[in-house]
Amino acid sequence: MKFLGLCLLWCSSTLFAQDYFPENEGVKATNKNFTAFTNAKIYITPEEVIQNGTLLIQNGKVIKSGTSISIPTNSVIIDLKGKSIYPSFIDIYSTFGVEQPKKSPSTRRAAQYNPSREGFYWNDHIMPENSANTKFKFDAKKAKELVDVGFGVVNSHIQDGIVRGTGILVALNSTDNDARRILDDQSAQYLSFSKSVQKKQAYPTSLMGSMALLRQMYSDAKWYSQGNATTKDQSLEALLKNKTKVQIFEAKDKDNALRADKIGDAYGIQYTILGGGNEYENIEDIKATNATYILPINFPDAYDVSNPYQAKYVTLRDMRNWNQAPSNPKILAENGVLFSLTTHTLKSPSLFKKKLAKAIKHGLSKTAALKALTTTPAEILGKSNIIGSLKTGRQANFLITSGDLFDTNTTLYENWVQGRKNVINDITLNDIRGTYDLDIGGLIYELKIKGNPSKPSAELKQDTTKFKVKITHTNNWLTLSFAEHKENKQYRMTGITHSNTNTISGKLVLPNGKESAFKAIKIVNYKDSKEENKGANTSNLTIVPITFPNVGYGFNSKPKKETTLFKNATVWTGENEGILENTDVLIKDGKISKIGKNLNFKGVKTIDATGKHLTAGIIDEHTHIAAVAINEAGHNSTAEVKMEDVVDSEDINIYYNLAGGVTSAQLLHGSANPIGGRSAILKLKWGETADKLIYNNSPKFIKFALGENVKQSNWQSFSRFPQTRMGVEQVFMNYFQRGKEYDALKKSGQPYRYDEEMEVIAEILNGERFISCHSYVQSEINMLMKVADKFDFTVNTFTHILEGYKVADKMKEHGVGASTFSDWWAYKYEVNDAIPYNAAIMQSQGITVAINSDDAEMSRRLNQEAGKTVKYGGMTELEAWKMVTINPAKLLHIDHRVGSIKEGKDADIVLWNDNPLSVYAKAEKTIIEGVTYFDLQTDLQYRKAIQKERNLLIGLMLQEKAGGAKTQEPKQTKKEHHHCDSL
Amino acid sequence: MKKYTTIICALFLSFSLTSLAQQTPAPKQSETISIEGATAHLGNGKIIENSLIMFEDGILTFVGSATQKIARKGTLINGKNKHVYPGFIAPSKALGLIEVNAVRASNDQDEIGEIIPHVRSLIAYNAESKLVESMRPNGVLIGQITPNGGRISGTSSIVQFDAWNWEDAAIKVDDGIHLNWPTTFRKGKWWLGESKGFLPNKKYNKQVDEVISFIRNSIAYGKNIAKEINPAFSAFQGVLNGSQKLYVYANGEKEIIDAITKLKKENIVEVVLVGGYEAHKTSSLLKDNKIPVLVQFTHNLPFFEDDDYDLPYKLPKILVDAGLLVGIQNGAASNFQTRNLPFYAGQAVGQGLDKEIALQLISGNTAKILGIDAMYGTIAVGKSATLFISSGDALDMRTNQLSHAFIDGRNISLETHQTELWKRYMKKYNGK
Repeated sequence: MKFLGLCLLWCSSTLFAQDYFPENEGVKATNKNFTAFTNAKIYITPEEVIQNGTLLIQNGKVIKSGTSISIPTNSVIIDLKGKSIYPSFIDIYSTFGVEQPKKSPSTRRAAQYNPSREGFYWNDHIMPENSANTKFKFDAKKAKELVDVGFGVVNSHIQDGIVRGTGILVALNSTDNDARRILDDQSAQYLSFSKSVQKKQAYPTSLMGSMALLRQMYSDAKWYSQGNATTKDQSLEALLKNKTKVQIFEAKDKDNALRADKIGDAYGIQYTILGGGNEYENIEDIKATNATYILPINFPDAYDVSNPYQAKYVTLRDMRNWNQAPSNPKILAENGVLFSLTTHTLKSPSLFKKKLAKAIKHGLSKTAALKALTTTPAEILGKSNIIGSLKTGRQANFLITSGDLFDTNTTLYENWVQGRKNVINDITLNDIRGTYDLDIGGLIYELKIKGNPSKPSAELKQDTTKFKVKITHTNNWLTLSFAEHKENKQYRMTGITHSNTNTISGKLVLPNGKESAFKAIKIVNYKDSKEENKGANTSNLTIVPITFPNVGYGFNSKPKKETTLFKNATVWTGENEGILENTDVLIKDGKISKIGKNLNFKGVKTIDATGKHLTAGIIDEHTHIAAVAINEAGHNSTAEVKMEDVVDSEDINIYYNLAGGVTSAQLLHGSANPIGGRSAILKLKWGETADKLIYNNSPKFIKFALGENVKQSNWQSFSRFPQTRMGVEQVFMNYFQRGKEYDALKKSGQPYRYDEEMEVIAEILNGERFISCHSYVQSEINMLMKVADKFDFTVNTFTHILEGYKVADKMKEHGVGASTFSDWWAYKYEVNDAIPYNAAIMQSQGITVAINSDDAEMSRRLNQEAGKTVKYGGMTELEAWKMVTINPAKLLHIDHRVGSIKEGKDADIVLWNDNPLSVYAKAEKTIIEGVTYFDLQTDLQYRKAIQKERNLLIGLMLQEKAGGAKTQEPKQTKKEHHHCDSL
Repeated sequence: MKKYTTIICALFLSFSLTSLAQQTPAPKQSETISIEGATAHLGNGKIIENSLIMFEDGILTFVGSATQKIARKGTLINGKNKHVYPGFIAPSKALGLIEVNAVRASNDQDEIGEIIPHVRSLIAYNAESKLVESMRPNGVLIGQITPNGGRISGTSSIVQFDAWNWEDAAIKVDDGIHLNWPTTFRKGKWWLGESKGFLPNKKYNKQVDEVISFIRNSIAYGKNIAKEINPAFSAFQGVLNGSQKLYVYANGEKEIIDAITKLKKENIVEVVLVGGYEAHKTSSLLKDNKIPVLVQFTHNLPFFEDDDYDLPYKLPKILVDAGLLVGIQNGAASNFQTRNLPFYAGQAVGQGLDKEIALQLISGNTAKILGIDAMYGTIAVGKSATLFISSGDALDMRTNQLSHAFIDGRNISLETHQTELWKRYMKKYNGK
């Protein structure tokens, strides 16, 4: 180790001169010599491999590579017989040498809503004008860390903000200066969904806000490029300038990859995507993006599950990820997804080799691995003509190894970058491993030298006595020392070694200080006891199968539509027919096909529903489950954001809802602002991906909100308009007026700046989009109806609407529906007068009333909440049941498809063991479009399977720990449950 | 159903429609009341069909079959097709200590300090809370008013829900002290870069030590009283001499084992486990040590993603089946939710628990656990006439419909701020 400082050795030739620079420190001299590497196995590309080849380089570049190369006379020849040459690696997701922004300490008490810059885009997190080049300083120490594991070139950039500007392509050449090593100072543009840590502008606070911002930015850029702006915007100009570069998007997750790709598609951009390592879970959709990926290989360490009380905190979801994630590169490769690999997220580049070996052990082919580190990253950057291979004209960036690069026993000797040699392990070092007879003053000891040739270890014994021995072998000098037990007598030896290692001799210093000589004669040649690494051998790995979704209670395979006949049920139709006793219902092709008595169909799955109740699936008008974000709180109006962008199809609450008979739900934006985001109306198809949960031809909805939340009354925020109910009205008036003007301009055919927010407002004004408005007190309810009247549209739904009973007559007149809590109150000042009779009163005045949840716990027993309307206000059971089925379906404009048991409607039905309004009722089967998504019996099987699989994985993790692998402490990656107020 | 609606409507109309203030507490029982013909659910697991219940001066004087030949005294209430239940009891609840969650000025439930047993809930209890009165139409008539927060939150008292002031309300003053046992996992401080969700609590052992050290100091303090008063040590003496109960809040298996083992070692006599999400995994320890459980309410989500979806629903049944003394509390829920107490018990019935046993979890068992069973919790001769009449099954929201409720024999109002608003606006609409 003391030679560490000398590891970076360089050629004896003078520095590459910069031709046109004057020279005052000597005389000008050039080196036009060649260097030829001969007799090597050369990977010119991962797929073009030559035996006994020659690589000829000059002036930092490859002149030629091949088998029959004529070597110029002015060549330095390096014989690499038995050695291999590979192109050096490329990491295109690096921060090498580029100063990264630090989180700026918060000095302001209130949120900052306005931008801090002048002459740039209106949002501080859009920084296409940033250039890594301006922050670049070559970091020799970091370069060495990367060179040591085989990297030759990196594309470095500023990892901060939503649009991050351009990167810089740098060769890790510590010998020359920036003039040579910077290969491109404007290489690729980087983007993400994450805000700048340095900038304090509040918007966007959410993932869907970031998405909306990117969309708006792209359309603004187009508008700007057409010369429509009257002011200068340096950000948009930079964005337009960077347009031709490769666009690299930091997704860090399989779902975010799809989100990014969708934005790209809308603007004709194909992003290269930084993955998160879980892409294998949804390989079909990942493949369909047609994107090239950059994959981190920071596979999770096993959890330390030795304490069962701690182990229980680790979900099966996370245990599986530990087990399955190392297969990610393999699965992508097998599916033809092109990817490069990165050291990104690794604590140190030194971990790279081990993690890569894990990926290969899990089935990633060596060719695919090499491509991912050489040709693919070069292709992504459009730089295949200068890096990534050892073809003529490429940078002379290559590795010299003892053999197959990816074998764990292979030694990486040298990493040449731009023709500059970096020694990792001394190639000239003699392999002295073997067993010797060591003669010390006539006494023969047995010396066994083994381990890594450059860091050998040794065993020494004389007869049956073993000695602790210290050994080093560097620069072909061997040193050995050991002590005799009894009197701690030290023997020291040192000697030079030769390529013929049959005999090693040298100086011996005896314990008494006298000098003598030692001689070691090899008696047995070294043999690696370890089994040869034969490449991919996954047969001895236990990898648990993926489920849909890939969490506990996921399906082994996606469930299918069935034709089913329910016999002799009590059918709650939700239609004029009311409750039908002893009735049969046939579902077929995902639809309710037939309702009647004594129906008989052959070859159809028949379920005896005697004594049971069959109902339409419950519809929750107001939910916040199945979302990765709820509120975009950065502006007081965020009509541009879409909940459809942030659906989380793996939320276990979907399963809980199904177990409570819920089949559809409106995923609403939160109530952080008067004008919130657009809704996602979902069918809770557990196991399907997010897009498939969203209704096809979905009615369009948007969340509005009134009262304490939008005034920001209940937290320390005093700077955002509005702070009063008076201000709330003005926000609406202003936006609707602007929306009207925008729409008029658009329809006039004159040029206009596309504004996603105004597009949505115009949809409302044109009756194409419906409002579901979070509301509490009567004054504000009345206000919004009057605002709507002024702009000639109807508010569709008031949600919460706890004082709706006070203005039920006015609501009826306006034509708005109501979706309320059964019995919530007293949590805020504005719910002082909330009463559980609200639903019944409004219903009595002819309003369409639904009972909703806004709560992940309550949503899974909405049947009981409907039951409460019988208690509070004396609703009939039939009417009560409608409040969670057909009424919310009407409010959501999906009542022609779902909400009741009627022939032709979607087969979204629930089988209950008791009156569904009763606290005693349990959903036994929940079916959506003929597919059984919840079944009480299947659930019992899953419970057992989960226990079994947890046990298996815990066993594997314990094994891994026992094998000395690094572990991480148990933790629970629990998801937050969202309400309206969730930020 | 129709019949019921008429009865209720008539009942409402007979009350004043003008007042929006809290209900006036009912006067002392002046005349004997007899309820005849109802199905009596006694709260001890037993049921009397066609019952006769009589009470005088607030005390039950007869509980038996209506077929028995005995003189019906005083006012006779026809209980035919109706059900009589003991008043439900809500343990471990900050009712009357906070009115509107978002209004800080109305919040008196959590005092500063980690170990503050001397802080007493009773004197802050708002007997005129609009929230408290809303409990009554659902049959919840008694509560253990409990402070929140910190390691030892303070001292609770048990009150009835129809009173002029806290002194009036008190059933049992300073009945117990509430200890939040440390947790082995804690929530990640995500704003400091830790992951969201739960991480091992490295301070667990230290925190447990602090609890034990406090107990030992209190014991030492109690042995030599001739010195300056230490309010915390002094307030803990009741727990040490067994006159007050110690309510230990713990959910995890390890936490429960630690709490019970260590408190037993310190010779704490009256320990009640509150929460008990994993109590079923330690049921033999709890049984051996005769530790009752005030289990978390059923309307909860599973804590662990891989848990059974219905674990919170069936937990009370599992514990009952294991032979433990079980009551249900909803300490972690918002105050207004406490009126759903009967439905928490009903939910367990859906999981196969016998209805009368489920009833015990919010009446007889709870009274036993809180130590007020001499007078409350069951319908029995000699006990307080704290009971109500429902037209249907009170554990099911469909049928929980009260016509009468009595606290200590006093015929209390079933009106609330909420029913008054209901009638006010129905009158507005119907009067048009």
